[in-house]
Amino acid sequence: MTITGTAHRVGAHIDTDAIIPARFLVTTDSAELGANCMEGLEAGWIKRVKKNDIMVADENFGCGSSREHAPISLLGAGIPVIVAKSFARIFYRNGFNMGLILLEVGDDFKKLGDGDQLEVDADNGTIKNLTTGETITCSPVPPFMKEILDAGGLVEYVKNRLGN
Amino acid sequence: MPKTLAEKILQAHTDETVKEAGQIVRCKVSLVLANDITAPLAIKSFKAMGASEVFDKDKVALVCDHFTPNKDIDSAEQVKLVREFAHEKNITHYYEGGECGVEHALLPELGLVGPVDIVVGADSHTCTYGGLGAFATGMGSTDIAGAMALGETWFKVPPSIKVEIEGTPGQYVGAKDYILRLIGDIGVSGALYKALEFGGSVVNNLSIEGRMTIANMAIEAGGKVGLFPVDAKTLEYCVAAGRTGDSLLSADADAVYERIVKMDVTGMKPQIACPHLPDNVKPVDEVKNMKIHQAVIGSCTNGRISDLREAAAILKGRKANKNVRLIVLPATPTIWKQALKEGLIEIFMDSGAIVGPATCGPCLGGHMGILAGGERAIATTNRNFKGRMGSLKSEVFLSNPAVAAASAIAGEIIDPSAL
Repeated sequence: MTITGTAHRVGAHIDTDAIIPARFLVTTDSAELGANCMEGLEAGWIKRVKKNDIMVADENFGCGSSREHAPISLLGAGIPVIVAKSFARIFYRNGFNMGLILLEVGDDFKKLGDGDQLEVDADNGTIKNLTTGETITCSPVPPFMKEILDAGGLVEYVKNRLGN
Repeated sequence: MPKTLAEKILQAHTDETVKEAGQIVRCKVSLVLANDITAPLAIKSFKAMGASEVFDKDKVALVCDHFTPNKDIDSAEQVKLVREFAHEKNITHYYEGGECGVEHALLPELGLVGPVDIVVGADSHTCTYGGLGAFATGMGSTDIAGAMALGETWFKVPPSIKVEIEGTPGQYVGAKDYILRLIGDIGVSGALYKALEFGGSVVNNLSIEGRMTIANMAIEAGGKVGLFPVDAKTLEYCVAAGRTGDSLLSADADAVYERIVKMDVTGMKPQIACPHLPDNVKPVDEVKNMKIHQAVIGSCTNGRISDLREAAAILKGRKANKNVRLIVLPATPTIWKQALKEGLIEIFMDSGAIVGPATCGPCLGGHMGILAGGERAIATTNRNFKGRMGSLKSEVFLSNPAVAAASAIAGEIIDPSAL
């Protein structure tokens, strides 16, 4: 799966209150949550995002709450992939479960500037920076998590298990 | 193979052999938890999975504590959905209204969580139960839905960091200060994907409530769990909560740790986490001229009876500054009643405090104490992210209950011993 879009760079320790503040948690609707994505970082942040754009972050992206509304809000905003130095644990697990692609690239995130055009190949784990011409690679998805992804997410995985 | 606390507990719940950090194991769970924010999504996923019944109606807890008593129509609709699901599936442990409290204070009190349990909760502060020697961790709603359906989930065996706390601290220093200092030292990603295992003479002398305060904030260092060994004190607490059959637990002497952090707290002053991250920690006397508009005493971190006693000892016979809204939220109905019986509620009200129901409310900027732009709060809660308690232009400082109470009186952040 290849995704091409504009990079939106954010900093370190972007917490779930920044991604979707508590006052918006009175719904589970992805479009509604998407419309308020990153409202806790900056009012109106979402206006700069187009469908299939890519979030690029420093370390510990998604720290804080277990709220699955955070990955849902990012997906609802049209962001299918996040590239970061590292992710917070619960967010990492939630991302896979929701079908949000998360790629950990360590310090290489610095090679992806705000506004750069990126081409992400999630299967091969490569990120081509079309603006600079540089390509970076990232750690493969652990086999067990690939099993969940291959099933089509955790909902489908459990559905199969219950079927057995 | 010698094992850490995390490895021992995981091993007790799986048929696979726990060999090393990084290994993925499937484990049976002891209890699955969700609240009024996260349960609606879990129920949606549960239905999408094609599940018809929960794995065990006695091992699912649904606690409506975040936006309750419901603040608006949308939150009332969410709780209605959870209530109907609980009734339909005959879930034993559904809590709302007058018997409901802040989940991580309520479940230990009811004896629903304890030593060597594996508890998964759709709430990041599920790690609180590590204070009782449970491998307890937060997950998202869909993971919780899977666990509700299957009675099991998967874990990556975490590497462990051992934290040894020794020494004799200064006055008005307690559990909250130890964990704030640790987070300040190792940073908000210092234990990312890892288990924090606590030990040392200070920890051994701590009450179970204090241990839960420390375990509660393991997540603020990125940790998967915050674990304490199970000693006689833990077992005594469990028996009082109505549990039977629990036994002692300690890590093997030659267990492998990724890192050992030694913390000497001799002479340490109360600690404050300054905006906007829990690792921006300073001793209280370095936080000067910080006028406050609100003080909040409560939450799953510091809303227990020992916390209220600590705050009341400072507030007794004194008045909160007229520019400060002092809000006290006992974390469960039992704690509320105990505080009433001991005369603490009267002390709070005489000091000018608003004493509210058992709710998470202001901790997450939910309701009952939202901050306006330019306002500053001191709180005994666990997070001070930007906008956490309201406006993006507000600020939250985290402290122990004595410091929050003293600051409410002074109108600015202050060491209680300077009152």
